[in-house]
Amino acid sequence: MDIQKFADQIRYYTMRELDHLGFGHFGGSLSIVETLAVLYGKVMNVSAEKRDDPDRDYFVLSKGHAGPALYATLFLKEYFDEAFLFSLNQNGTNLPSHPDRIKTPGVDMTTGSLGQGISAATGIAKGNQLLGKENYTFAVVGDGELNEGQCWEAFQFAAHQKLDHLIVLIDDNKKQLDGYTTDICDPFDFVEKMRAFGFNSWRVNGRDVSAIEAAIDQAKKGKGAPTAIVLDTVKGQGVPYFEELMDNHHIRPDEATKIAIKESIESLAKKIEVKQ
Amino acid sequence: MKDLEMRQVYTQTIQGLAEKDQKILALEADLASSMGTSKLKEKLGDRYINVGIMEAQEMSAAAGLAVTGFIPFIHTFAPFATRRSFDQVFLSLGYAKNHAVIVGTDPGVTAEMNGGTHMPFEDIALMRVIPGNNIYEVSDPYQFKAILTYAHTAKGLFYIRTIRKQAKSLYNEKEDFSKGYCRLKKGTHGTIFASGIMVEEALQAADDLEEKGISVQVIDLFRIKPMNEEVVIEAAKLGPIITAENHNVIGGLGSAVAEIIAENHPTKMKRIGVKEQFGQVGKLDYLKEVYGLKANDISKAMIDLLK
Repeated sequence: MDIQKFADQIRYYTMRELDHLGFGHFGGSLSIVETLAVLYGKVMNVSAEKRDDPDRDYFVLSKGHAGPALYATLFLKEYFDEAFLFSLNQNGTNLPSHPDRIKTPGVDMTTGSLGQGISAATGIAKGNQLLGKENYTFAVVGDGELNEGQCWEAFQFAAHQKLDHLIVLIDDNKKQLDGYTTDICDPFDFVEKMRAFGFNSWRVNGRDVSAIEAAIDQAKKGKGAPTAIVLDTVKGQGVPYFEELMDNHHIRPDEATKIAIKESIESLAKKIEVKQ
Repeated sequence: MKDLEMRQVYTQTIQGLAEKDQKILALEADLASSMGTSKLKEKLGDRYINVGIMEAQEMSAAAGLAVTGFIPFIHTFAPFATRRSFDQVFLSLGYAKNHAVIVGTDPGVTAEMNGGTHMPFEDIALMRVIPGNNIYEVSDPYQFKAILTYAHTAKGLFYIRTIRKQAKSLYNEKEDFSKGYCRLKKGTHGTIFASGIMVEEALQAADDLEEKGISVQVIDLFRIKPMNEEVVIEAAKLGPIITAENHNVIGGLGSAVAEIIAENHPTKMKRIGVKEQFGQVGKLDYLKEVYGLKANDISKAMIDLLK
């Protein structure tokens, strides 16, 4: 599979899904698109047929507000059809803005209250460790989310329990709802912090699918400790208009933004050769 | 089992269940010494997990463990199991529909010397608003064992509130707890519903009332949710009702009973329990006195209602 093309497809459907809804978490969904493409397109042992296979890998989107990007990915992996994808946030939907393990096929853990997903991921990794399994648990955590103290509880637990089959991906897109993370509550150096917490950790370019893949390969070689890969990303990644937009966490588009969204969908459609 | 402390009942029951079911885990948040669960560490090995002093992690990690098919039995003091980690219990366990059993110890005034900071008068109220949650306050070792055993096979979220120390035996191994209540004394003039340590006070109050020619039934209403509505409505038809709980009168046993009565068969009732107060340090007897949780508080209330 061409992973960059898969990323473009995820971005295209994420944009269409949110455009259909009319508003939503564009910024933080777009910044993890390349990561999702690597995970679901290459790295993870998952498929719609393998949903009940206990040996498959697990994925927890701890930064639950990026749900729309995960849903676009799961749609492309055929967990559900297009009508289901476009039911995002409609009355009575099984596709709520924050992931729900009971409602949405392919979602491994209910998330959205920040900090809890990473804890649950440590529980899943611990469970599989107890079962003697070799499968991996991947968790995507937001840089803003790491304000939450519970994340650091989870990291202490993961390191102490030697969860070397837990791979934490920190989406360092530098912004949270109210502005730059460095202005709200400076996170300092995530790599240094994670190492101090007993993790293997390094920083990679979160736009570069081969760099992300290489980092995960590297993480799998680490024994006796969990890994945290810090992804250097941009909020609104891959859509130039959103990358430039300061307040791009949750967007209710004005007329100019609506035009930009339409144009970006058209250009993504060309890229992935979808007829509009 | 007569002389067993409730913490011993917990350890023995979990050990027994875990020997038969490899899916059972015991989770602790640095209170093994208080709960006497170090034996579980010996017996369960890897399936005993002490997370450290991190109750939010304890609850959400339990949810992840449940996702992989394990059945976590989670222990911590009642205030940490509820008000401290409420969002984690609500979302990761309740909303995400994970099967887990939370045991909250040292409820209400039984926190004694730990005082107001550790004295939960609100844990049942918090747990009651979680949809589908099952809530028990146990009063007896046999009952505690039976409910832990039931919670193992049933699905969903359980919150079991118990003292750690010795509880007077009210039942034996043959007792049927499936209805969610046990009638400990028959009576014709009215009803006292009680749970936990207040059952003993309720029985004492009933004896005192009997001496005055007043006959009341005493019901141990240990299943707070889902509450057995039938027994409450029957009692409302009989006469006045007193509820007695080691908890705030808002949101606990008394509230639950009042809600059922108000909607089905309004009758006179009074709630014995903690009013607009926080906890404080003290010995159990002193605290019961201070918060109006003694047998004579119950019997006085009943006499008032019968006037």
